[in-house]
Amino acid sequence: MHTKTLAELSAALQAREFSSEALTGHYLERIGRLDPALNSFVTVTADEAMAAAAAADRRIAAGEAGPLTGIPIAHKDIFCTSGVRTSCGSRMLDNFVSPYDATVVARLKAAGVVMLGKTNMDEFAMGSSNETSFYGPVRNPWDTARVPGGSSGGSAAAVAARLAPGATGTDTGGSIRQPAALTGITGLKPTYGRVSRFGMIAFASSLDQAGTLTASAEDAALLLGAMAGFDDKDSTSVDREVPDYSLHLNDSIAGLRVGIPVEFFDEGLAGENRVRIEQALDVYRHLGCEIVEVSLPNLALSVPTYYVVAPAECSSNLSRFDGVRFGYRSEQSGDLFDMYSRSRGEGFGDEVKRRIMTGTYALSAGYYDAYYLKAQQARQLISADFKAAFEKVDVLMGPTTPTPAFEIGAKTADPITMYLNDIYTIGVNLAGLPGMSIPCGLVDGLPVGLQLMGPAFAESRLLQTAHAYQKETDWHRQLPAADFG
Amino acid sequence: MSLSKAEVENIAHLARLQLGDDELPNVIENLSRIIEFVDQLQAVDTTGVEPMAHPLDMVQRLRADAVTEQDQRDLYQANAPAVEAGLYLVPKVIE
Amino acid sequence: MEWETVIGLEIHAQLNTSSKIFSAAATAYGAEPNTQACLVDLGYPGVLPVLNVETVRKAVKFGLAVGATISRRSVFARKNYFYPDLPKGYQISQYELPIVEGGEVEIVLEDGSRKRVGITRAHLEEDAGKSLHEDFHGMSGIDLNRAGTPLVEIVSEPDMRSAREAVAYMKTIHQLVRYLEICDGNMQEGSFRCDANVSVRPKGEHAFGTRAELKNLNSFRFIEKAINFEVERQIDIIESGGSVSQETRLYDPNKDETRPMRSKEEANDYRYFPDPDLLPVVLDDAFLEQIAIGLPELPAAKRQRFCAEYGLSEYDADVLTTSRELADYFERVVASSGGDPKLAANWVMGELSGALNKAGLDIGASRVSSAALADLLRRIADNTISGKIAKEVFEAMWEGEGAADDIIAARGLTQITDSSAIEQIIDEVMTRFPDQLGQFRDGKDKLFGFFVGQVMKATSGKANPAQVNELLRRKLAG
Repeated sequence: MHTKTLAELSAALQAREFSSEALTGHYLERIGRLDPALNSFVTVTADEAMAAAAAADRRIAAGEAGPLTGIPIAHKDIFCTSGVRTSCGSRMLDNFVSPYDATVVARLKAAGVVMLGKTNMDEFAMGSSNETSFYGPVRNPWDTARVPGGSSGGSAAAVAARLAPGATGTDTGGSIRQPAALTGITGLKPTYGRVSRFGMIAFASSLDQAGTLTASAEDAALLLGAMAGFDDKDSTSVDREVPDYSLHLNDSIAGLRVGIPVEFFDEGLAGENRVRIEQALDVYRHLGCEIVEVSLPNLALSVPTYYVVAPAECSSNLSRFDGVRFGYRSEQSGDLFDMYSRSRGEGFGDEVKRRIMTGTYALSAGYYDAYYLKAQQARQLISADFKAAFEKVDVLMGPTTPTPAFEIGAKTADPITMYLNDIYTIGVNLAGLPGMSIPCGLVDGLPVGLQLMGPAFAESRLLQTAHAYQKETDWHRQLPAADFG
Repeated sequence: MSLSKAEVENIAHLARLQLGDDELPNVIENLSRIIEFVDQLQAVDTTGVEPMAHPLDMVQRLRADAVTEQDQRDLYQANAPAVEAGLYLVPKVIE
Repeated sequence: MEWETVIGLEIHAQLNTSSKIFSAAATAYGAEPNTQACLVDLGYPGVLPVLNVETVRKAVKFGLAVGATISRRSVFARKNYFYPDLPKGYQISQYELPIVEGGEVEIVLEDGSRKRVGITRAHLEEDAGKSLHEDFHGMSGIDLNRAGTPLVEIVSEPDMRSAREAVAYMKTIHQLVRYLEICDGNMQEGSFRCDANVSVRPKGEHAFGTRAELKNLNSFRFIEKAINFEVERQIDIIESGGSVSQETRLYDPNKDETRPMRSKEEANDYRYFPDPDLLPVVLDDAFLEQIAIGLPELPAAKRQRFCAEYGLSEYDADVLTTSRELADYFERVVASSGGDPKLAANWVMGELSGALNKAGLDIGASRVSSAALADLLRRIADNTISGKIAKEVFEAMWEGEGAADDIIAARGLTQITDSSAIEQIIDEVMTRFPDQLGQFRDGKDKLFGFFVGQVMKATSGKANPAQVNELLRRKLAG
């Protein structure tokens, strides 16, 4: 069953080929057997999953099912789930049981989706390799000595190993697209404001956006359709109709103007990766697309800009973790100041502390203009570059990452090396635009991702463009070795 | 740009993060590297560029003034480290 | 040396909305701890703020009332600091772009003189919770019911020169927010609070001295005492060769002194930045016009109208416009008694206010309605009873004995206006006091009062005093 895509499973459930209980049981069995080698789940909610599957089967039997009814998926542990621990990959929230569901979780639940459990992630989504999790690193199913990428590394590894047919993720600077690329799956980060952020533990509020990790674009279309839409609990949610993303998946993309930003093909891009991207572009040429070079001249500013804006916002967002109302409180606490400092010092990991401190510095008296304000201006320049590019082309394409998955521990010594790994993905977050990564080949047995970027609310166009490629190729159907050799 | 020990300690103080003496040298070095890295923004000419606070060109939506939340204190306080008589307990607050 | 005091006030007025500024939890005062603190108020992971439209309307109302500029675009920012009553570790406030900028109010001092006090700005923000210092095994208890209650912070220019001016300003703003019905003004419950920035400088000097910020000034009395204490403290320091340090000080009403706040000792670096969870608040003409149309008559305008329309003195007009409720009561009495506004003013300010004060009641809870008082005043006007008897009737009305006419009838208090009846009584009195009559006729004019008293006594005060006077004068003359 697990070799089927989510869309295929949906069809099979509707056709009563098997029940949701059987399907859910199958994935739970795989998780129990295979996940110890990957560490992609932090919490498995087996009992709740089987109960939800039984309920879904009743809905299907009663003819009240939608396309996602009975489909098991995993949620990144950044989404609050009522009655279930929501750790955000942090010691700080190791004992935190959310009393409410995130809007994304509630919407998928209402659509009949079955939650298998919560996936591992970089602590508070801060990381590009899933090595900052309190629960230990996630391993890449294509090579367990390597990282799956991050921060949605648990979701990516779980889907890549088919421990779940799909998973939710969040993307602040590439946290869906980069792990999708490194694990050979399809990752979609929608336009900022398309999916509600309510109940999604905030990292950087002006950049965070929830999205999907699935085997195919067709699957992403199904999941996004259920997740997206206006939410009056989120002031930054956009009140705009959600199109039926599945409806136009098969429309022709002949005549599509594809822009190739020259800045994505810099010296940082590994040779073999470049070849895979160029081969993918050939497929699009073959499909009748017009490939043109474009420039995003300020793209190089995106990483430093991001590493001011995101830490600044996170330094404030994470102040609520103070050991008073929820979360970790140090047992050593003396006076009030001591309680704060110890609880936060012990509850947060190194990378989180690093970013809180960077952000605190950037916002502090005397530095605000030089860092935060400057970064907001640079952000405007980067955003303007994208706007200008989309006046000439319909989508942009390029690599998702400079290299395939690296080895665990290879980049932990120097934060800057790690940050630069996000060079191709951060731009669309700063501009608030939708982006996707789809598998486009292997380099030394490791997956490589092609990134698709569109103007605001062009999710339909991106999904259509990705789906056209996936009809021509089978990279998205390739699986890692069964034992993750 | 290298941050001084005092600067880093002040930042940690503002952010309420206790750093062990063994951590400090590493934190100073990494933080200095990051600040140096983002300092490349200083070279960018941003004269007249409107700061972009938000990706959305939207305005704040206004909510009707209606009470829809009910008391769920017990549920919400189930996560609290220390509670008594419905209050969250913290080390003594001195004004 | 002669010193000049410079004072600026920051007033925090809780806006009287049903729900909180960014959440749908109730704002009612006095609930059990933490029962009105929802996930948003508690700063739970993942929750987000959505702005309450009424808070914007009420802030705009205030701005229009003080002639300020209403910002068409205002922005919420985060003020970052750690404190247990601040759940998110930041307060959502407005910083660079507040909703109200500029404006001024006129204050009236005790000697009747007037002065204008400038308003720098007024911005929307959320209130914090409360730390309770009762001892919980050496710990403090935190109640977050108040967290997220909407506040408008009104920042004045440093225009006040004495504690009395500061009190007058605070009273003026207090009166205004209650007129506007944007704040209940209840100072005991903390709905209306004030911090004062106080400094001194040698008279004639233009530069400001170093200021201290005084917190916890939660009554008109405290603010005056705290400022006076602080001014003396600062002058003492400077005159003994020291210098005032810029700090936050807490007023302790028990000791009547100010002391430095330990929690504010470190120079705070609030790291303000625009709140990315909220978008700019943009107001259009229609929104502002709708609010402008709904503005009530403001205290100053009402005062002027009372003088012009009712012929009242400035003093009377001031007193009667203290609150909108009192002014409305007065106007209803005038309208339904159809009589003399001055008489109505005297009764509202005299008997009625006295009875209310004695009972500790607001005008809204008066035991004598405006219509009932008007009925009573009509009986004075039509000579059914005298003003003196009316006081007795009013007391009975206050005690719930019924309407004026019923009491007058039941107690037989109708005034005697029949001249022949009064003359008969005068004759009896003259017969009874032949000695005094003789002395009066010999020129001892002072005895006239004696005869008036005797006649009134004989009629239990019911004789019409004017008639008594006139008839007595004639009869005594012989």
